[in-house]
Amino acid sequence: MAKLTLDDLRKLRETKQKAMDMRDPENKEAQIIVGMGTCGIAAGAKDTFNAIIEELDQLDITNVLVRQTGCMGLCHSEPTVEVVVEGMPTVIYGHVDAELGKKIITKHVVNKKMIDNHICDKPAMDIIR
Amino acid sequence: MHAYVCDYITDLVQNSIEAKATHIRLDVYTGPEAIRVRISDDGKGMDNSTLSKAVDPFYSEAGKHDHRRVGLGLPLLYQTAEAVNGTVDIQSTPGKGTIIGFTFDATHVDTPPMGDLASTMIGLMTFSEQFDLELNRETPKDNYQISRAELIETLGNLEENTNIILTKDFIKSQENDLTQ
Repeated sequence: MAKLTLDDLRKLRETKQKAMDMRDPENKEAQIIVGMGTCGIAAGAKDTFNAIIEELDQLDITNVLVRQTGCMGLCHSEPTVEVVVEGMPTVIYGHVDAELGKKIITKHVVNKKMIDNHICDKPAMDIIR
Repeated sequence: MHAYVCDYITDLVQNSIEAKATHIRLDVYTGPEAIRVRISDDGKGMDNSTLSKAVDPFYSEAGKHDHRRVGLGLPLLYQTAEAVNGTVDIQSTPGKGTIIGFTFDATHVDTPPMGDLASTMIGLMTFSEQFDLELNRETPKDNYQISRAELIETLGNLEENTNIILTKDFIKSQENDLTQ
């Protein structure tokens, strides 16, 4: 693609915003947090992060916040992804590869169903944030 | 060892964020002969004693995870630099900040590939801490600069997935346009 300028970026955002404004304003935001400590990086969390943002984009889901964070202390279960969806318990998934990352979007975020056998519990108690 | 040079960048810039830096400057140079990266921050810095401990794989800053004796970011960097005829240089002053520079021999068979810089940069910019992050990207014939502050000003935030994807594409377009 040709090199974009900040102005191009601003215009692209405005176009998307108009499309978003026409949608259901009742849609609450969800938050997805991907662990990217040394352990996460080593376990492939970058692929997980990319799969999640691309899947959200593919499905045209716009009311979800995504961020990276440091080690959550669950190094043995990296990549880890914390999912906060209104009306559901906050959950940390472990061993999240790209495939599971996509499934978190379609099953947990969209269909509001937790995914069995991958839930890790809360951040480790000895990690101070 | 990390798989990509970008993985070291993610790891080390995170150290700057955790050191409560408000300004982080990242210089990334790739050329036929070398890959050079420098991370400068105005975080809390390290005294000589802490700095000498920082390269110990069993050491982390007090308070980070006191019950675990592990801190692998810097040791992994040193390990790779040694393996590829590279160098690591760290200067740090308590209360002022830290500068970490490393160079890998681009011709060495064991030098990791660069990786996805666009994805790495947007990933770092999604950390919730308040910090300015500037990238100065250079090749022998070309360069570009990006800034977290400018991107937030343009898009409003870097939290919504829409903005994250737009930013990733933006940075990718700068990187693809670069004359190597």
